[in-house]
Amino acid sequence: MNRWTADFWRQVLPHDTQTFIVPVNMYRYQDLISPDTSISSGNDTGIPTSPSVYGRVRSWLLQGQCSAPPELYHGLSIHKKVENVRMLDRYNARKPSIGTLYLTATHLIFVDPDGKKETWILHMHIASVEKLPLTTTGSPLQIRCKTFLSVTFVIPKERDCHEVFVTLQQLAQPVHIEDLYCFHYTSSTEDIPKPAGWNFFDLQSEYQRMRVPSDQWSLTLLNKDYELCDTYPRYLYVPSSASTTVLLGSSRFRSKGRLPVLSYLHRNKAAICRCSQPLSGFSARCLEDEQMLNCVLRTNPDNSFMYVVDTRPRINAMANRATGKGYENENFYENIKFHFLGIENIHVMRSSLAKLIETCELKSPSMSNFLGGLESSGWLRHIKSILETSWFIAQAVDEKETSVVVHCSDGWDRTTQVCSLGSLFLDPYYRTIQGFQALIEKDWLAFGHKFSERCGHVAGDPKEVSPVFTQFIDCIWQLTQQFPATFQFNERFLLTLHDHVQSCQFGTFIGNCEKDRIDLRLNERTFSLWGYMANHMNEYINPLYSTLATPDILMPNIAPQNIKFWRGMYCRFESGVHPREPLGDLLLATCDHSSSLEDHIRLLTKRINFLKQQLADCKDNKRNFPAVPIDGTIDNIKGMMLDNKYLYEKCREDGITPGNLVQLKISHASNNGLPGDSTKLSSNAADVLSVDQLAAELGSVALDWKTLRNIRECVCSTPFDHFSRKYHCWKCGEVFCTRCIDKHTPLPGHLSQRAVPVCRPCFREIRHSGSIESP
Amino acid sequence: MEFAELILVPKLDGVIMHWPFQKPVDGTLCITGHHLILSTRKESVEELWLLHHNVDAVERRISGMQGGSLIIKCKDFRIIQLDISNPDKFLKVATTVENLSSLDEPTKLYPFFYRPMFPILEDGWTAFRPETEYSQLVTSQADEWRISYINKDFSVCATYPSAVVVPKSVDDDTIIAAANFREGGRFPVLSYRHDTGSVLMRSSQPMTGPSSKRCKEDERLINSVLGPGKRGYIIDTRTQTLAQTAKSRGGGFEVEMYYPQWRRINKPIDRHQGLLDSLAKLVEACNDTTASTDKWLSRLESSNWMSHIKDTLNCACLVAQCLDQEGASVLVHGSEGLDATLLVTSLAQVILNPDCRTVRGLEALVEREWLQAGYPFPIRHRKSCYSTGRTKAHAPTFLLFLDCVGQIHQQFPCSFEFRTSFLIMLFEHSYCSQFGTFLGTCEAERAGMKLAEQTVSLWSYLNRPDILQSFLNPMYDPNNRVIWPSVAPMSLSLWSELFLRWVVDQTPQQKAWETITSLREKDKELRLKATRLRRQLADLEKEAVEAGILVPASAGAPPTSEAVADA
Repeated sequence: MNRWTADFWRQVLPHDTQTFIVPVNMYRYQDLISPDTSISSGNDTGIPTSPSVYGRVRSWLLQGQCSAPPELYHGLSIHKKVENVRMLDRYNARKPSIGTLYLTATHLIFVDPDGKKETWILHMHIASVEKLPLTTTGSPLQIRCKTFLSVTFVIPKERDCHEVFVTLQQLAQPVHIEDLYCFHYTSSTEDIPKPAGWNFFDLQSEYQRMRVPSDQWSLTLLNKDYELCDTYPRYLYVPSSASTTVLLGSSRFRSKGRLPVLSYLHRNKAAICRCSQPLSGFSARCLEDEQMLNCVLRTNPDNSFMYVVDTRPRINAMANRATGKGYENENFYENIKFHFLGIENIHVMRSSLAKLIETCELKSPSMSNFLGGLESSGWLRHIKSILETSWFIAQAVDEKETSVVVHCSDGWDRTTQVCSLGSLFLDPYYRTIQGFQALIEKDWLAFGHKFSERCGHVAGDPKEVSPVFTQFIDCIWQLTQQFPATFQFNERFLLTLHDHVQSCQFGTFIGNCEKDRIDLRLNERTFSLWGYMANHMNEYINPLYSTLATPDILMPNIAPQNIKFWRGMYCRFESGVHPREPLGDLLLATCDHSSSLEDHIRLLTKRINFLKQQLADCKDNKRNFPAVPIDGTIDNIKGMMLDNKYLYEKCREDGITPGNLVQLKISHASNNGLPGDSTKLSSNAADVLSVDQLAAELGSVALDWKTLRNIRECVCSTPFDHFSRKYHCWKCGEVFCTRCIDKHTPLPGHLSQRAVPVCRPCFREIRHSGSIESP
Repeated sequence: MEFAELILVPKLDGVIMHWPFQKPVDGTLCITGHHLILSTRKESVEELWLLHHNVDAVERRISGMQGGSLIIKCKDFRIIQLDISNPDKFLKVATTVENLSSLDEPTKLYPFFYRPMFPILEDGWTAFRPETEYSQLVTSQADEWRISYINKDFSVCATYPSAVVVPKSVDDDTIIAAANFREGGRFPVLSYRHDTGSVLMRSSQPMTGPSSKRCKEDERLINSVLGPGKRGYIIDTRTQTLAQTAKSRGGGFEVEMYYPQWRRINKPIDRHQGLLDSLAKLVEACNDTTASTDKWLSRLESSNWMSHIKDTLNCACLVAQCLDQEGASVLVHGSEGLDATLLVTSLAQVILNPDCRTVRGLEALVEREWLQAGYPFPIRHRKSCYSTGRTKAHAPTFLLFLDCVGQIHQQFPCSFEFRTSFLIMLFEHSYCSQFGTFLGTCEAERAGMKLAEQTVSLWSYLNRPDILQSFLNPMYDPNNRVIWPSVAPMSLSLWSELFLRWVVDQTPQQKAWETITSLREKDKELRLKATRLRRQLADLEKEAVEAGILVPASAGAPPTSEAVADA
């Protein structure tokens, strides 16, 4: 019997040692909720996409026009096209997908027509390209991404492989900063104007929020031309009592001129200040610097001492003394308590992450292999040390009402991590979407975390690359796990942020400091990530967030048991290992559904009351109304649209509040999505309430939305993977991918007449019926 | 022996208690026959009511003339410290707690004294009888399966229930012969029949002995479930070596020559003491929150608990795969067919059978595959991870089962009708309870103890709507499919809701579930309200059209609102 051949057994019953490989395999072929598509960054990263592209390429392939290659793929011109490429999947080596590899100016795209797979890799996301030893089937090319995607393509001809290899190496890390993606990224289906987002945040208003300037703290303009310190922001807040001499002297005594300045002022007047290490060597001292710290201490009148936190391990700080740097001597500085807190340096962190990734990429690991690898990578230990240090600072400020001066070596990596986390523990504002972005603007961007060097945006010293920001995002994720209702944003928000810090698609994280960004005129030449994110706000909301449930002071539990491995980040593209029913997205869908129903109920109530009134009047007066105009609705709608426009302008002018951010999208869509709207509405003004209209209203709101479970692909045959959000059409309740749900329109069945997501057929239907109604 | 003789100190003032997440409490200690109570007699402060049966280990820390501290370590992993300043009283309290917690006589246990304060709507003792559980199967597959009462006086197999499901074509004599060939008489019985028609059976090891004896009746019994020309799998939960050495003690495994239609596979799962040691290491590591990350991870790894979960899920997936994908029947056994066997057969059903993911279904599963299958809860759960007197008889196999269900739950959070707190509740009651459900090692013993008459069933308590409500999963959306969990190491995580609940405050997570529940409830209410309003509008519309207020539908117009409302 055929089924009982040795081959069959091997297939069905794996050797015990391969326990991990096999189940994942078997789940794939029977439960294709998340099929092999490991990445489709084109879908959710705002890269210009159109739903028909896949179909276009597919039909083109089917028609056999391969001799005349298309000049464009997704509007991207193709530099190179290699056919019969095999994409290796770690878990499915026996059945690799075969397809065509396209190399465009910005992306590497792999299209597998049979497996309906599209894999998009942004060149900027590529961390390393490696040619593996030649095999019988071709030359393997392994690509590792900064987003933790790892793929291997086997290219039949060595020559092709080499060409792709060389091109990718050049494209992944341009030599000149001006060659980065953001300077070329122009076309956008988003239709956000370029300035959107650049003016959402400014440093001065953030300090105003902390009630600075005040009696104790004032703004100094000494750095307005970046002469005092070129890696600091223009506007610095320093103790009012510190004279110019003190500031200049202190700046000279600090590495890279990074003198102690205010990072966060708590409501109890205790402050977090940041700086770099002093140039103390073995015995040098500087009176101005000592005075400077004393000025900081005196800003908090109730306190007799303050903390100086050196986030480095003691041994590192000691070693720095030999090069003329070092740390504060408690004997020279009055009333300070000095602490070493032991966060390792960027090099340790870099190799720790490398080991972590190695662990994730182990072939069929046992539980012990995995946990052992996790332990020896030290990654969780580092995350814990960052959280611990930050919590130490927050505690000092809150419980002991004591100011803290924080530094590491140059004060732009570890200091940035712990100052921002410390502030986040102390101030609930930083746990909102807007506040979190403001926090990044302040502590990371303004104070000169070297994003371009740490992320390796351009070719440079590989030793400068380090996952400092990744660790920060990981720490935040740890906190979101501990406190599910405390953060306004969800995991997708963190991942999107992390992706775009690396992607260089937006100008926000380009350059190493504020001065760099101004010199590059990024706000004129590139798009801002904040603008893009404002337009996708509904995807980032944590439905469990509640301001009431958010404590003023967030008290983390930093027990080792509570520091967890973030599967969603480091194993993101291993489609088999994630929960099959993502709670967060299901909850978001529930909230959207409720919101649609509420709106619909308001309309129903209004119609019912209206009809009741009319029937009552009719009975009272024995009078017949032939037809009744609808009262006031039209004016409301017009007013609302005006409001939205106004809102958008307002957002651009004076920053934005979280609520506005969400509305921005809505206002935006209703302005652009339905140009014919106003005519339709005004024609309605003369219209009457009819049975037809009621039917149209009821037909436009789906009471039940299709379940998200077991939907493997969108109607456009784009497969859904673990992280691609599935969207409901608010009219028909069907499920679509992000590309197919790009239309927004008000539904007749909603009272508010806000624009909501609908699928294309529904969109056409609504517009069609709109035109019928117009006389 | 009367309780009074054991209780040396019935009441003691000025005892200071330290317990998780609460400030130390200064109160009065009362010791009754079944409970250790600490009360401050203040409204605002919670009282401690601890069943003696929950106490796993008692540790005395004597501090000379100042009395000492009594560390009470519970089977639910909680650790409570009582500071008693009087040295004499301290020793007496310690002895009392030790004595009461090691009472062995089952009829002295609390379930026999407990009187329910609630009306029993449905008697849990009769809710899951094999007759009703298998009634659908036996009627729909009447030509293949039958309920046999051959064991009605528990003479064929002491640990089996009185009613078992066996192939129709096999007569009672064959069964008796097969029972004689299997350890403890645990002959192959039906555990689950999958939609594909393939069946899951379980038994104990065949007594082949060193000379590889055969038993034709046993062969006939299990062959009868295979269709003509079909083949099946025998999953042995032991290593091949272990199975081999069992031969010398009279046990063994099915010899291929005599069972040509069956393919035997070893899928080892650790059992007994190995498991309990593993749990002990895990709990110890979990309780030490001051350790470094490296130490924690290395202890987590060396405890092997997560590996056991992976092995178990792996084995259950394999069984499920055979049944669902290959349509092949499976017989599972280890040596006694009690621990690993039941673990695998019950878990495979959670994967395959949507019913088992409902509250009632899981209760039925526990009843069928654990209680009626003769899993000796009182013996296995006599000692737990803190106890120093651990032996081979003690094992946390049932906890491992619950943990595995929890892991699947985490991957399919919408496919289960219950929340994971339901699993924790089962864990607690399986170790100590006011209900009689987990007393008695098998049906014979339960009948002998007259549990059904003298104690209340856990199911009677649980299956009341007001209690059940708190365990329901607001995200539940019935899923009729087979659910395949991932067993990759990164997909499995420590069940912190259980193992860390006394060291890491779980309140934020519980609050989050409350929010989720209210969001879902609100959505349901809105849905109902919208439907109601639509109906009302349709009625008004009709009235308005008749009154001539409303312009009637134009020709070829879309369906009327009435139609939409009905749809």
